[in-house]
Amino acid sequence: MNKDHNCKHLLTSLSDYVDGTLDQAICDEIERHLGDCEDCQVVVNTLEKTVYLYHKTADAQDVPQDVKQRLFKKLDLEGFLDSGG
Amino acid sequence: MINSEDTKQEFSLELLREGNKAEFARLVETYSNVIYRLGLKMLEDEQDAEDVLQETFIKAYKALPNFHGRSSLSTWLYRIATNEALMVLRKRKNKGIPVSIDEPIELEAGEMEPLQIMDWCCMPEEELMTSEAVDYLDQAVSELPESLRVVFLLRDIDGLSTRETAQVLDLSETAVKTRLSRGRLRLREMLTVYYGERMAEKKEIYDGQRT
Repeated sequence: MNKDHNCKHLLTSLSDYVDGTLDQAICDEIERHLGDCEDCQVVVNTLEKTVYLYHKTADAQDVPQDVKQRLFKKLDLEGFLDSGG
Repeated sequence: MINSEDTKQEFSLELLREGNKAEFARLVETYSNVIYRLGLKMLEDEQDAEDVLQETFIKAYKALPNFHGRSSLSTWLYRIATNEALMVLRKRKNKGIPVSIDEPIELEAGEMEPLQIMDWCCMPEEELMTSEAVDYLDQAVSELPESLRVVFLLRDIDGLSTRETAQVLDLSETAVKTRLSRGRLRLREMLTVYYGERMAEKKEIYDGQRT
């Protein structure tokens, strides 16, 4: 079926589409297709959401203090621990 | 999202190349968080992540006299750290033949099968980000093949650009984009199944309450 072929053909570009890094021509082609294809629209929406969730939940915890201490010791930098930065 | 802007401090290459400890300590201070986190996400083991962290900076210190600034310091450090993490993964696999991360990935049988088509975007954010869901997000990443996982982590978690990621992994930018796409699509599949189950559970409860 032509529609299936088109969907699969565009699938590999959806990640770039979500990032906004596609050539205008392919971007237009995708947007035309999305207007007609609910399935692909769902894939685009959930793909965007997937990336969004990972960004939002990215762990921003610092290195635990004991790990840091061992690191500085190993690097012979003990005198510089907790100085600046 | 880890903001790589925060880590763009000015370092004196001259001092670093001379082995200046104070300047090196500043470098370590600046990048130890992101490198430790990368190791944790790649290896899912605190001890291994700590080993990678130490090895990265030990190697960096030794190699700094020969660092000419052709790439940025951060790209260079990420490269060392990523290679350390990949070595740990290879040792774990215990294969005799080294696995290169730029081996062409065979398309798996399931790769072109129909996608899960279900729109879970309508779920409220607090449901999408329960602590159980966040655990699942991590688990899903750990289930990606390492060649896709490392690209996803560098691009989407550490915020490196396509070009920086290509430099870190010694891949073409096209290869980075392809792997990122595959990684993201696989994660999307896994999340669709997971959130689909959550939605079905909710519906059961709701329907049960109505009768």
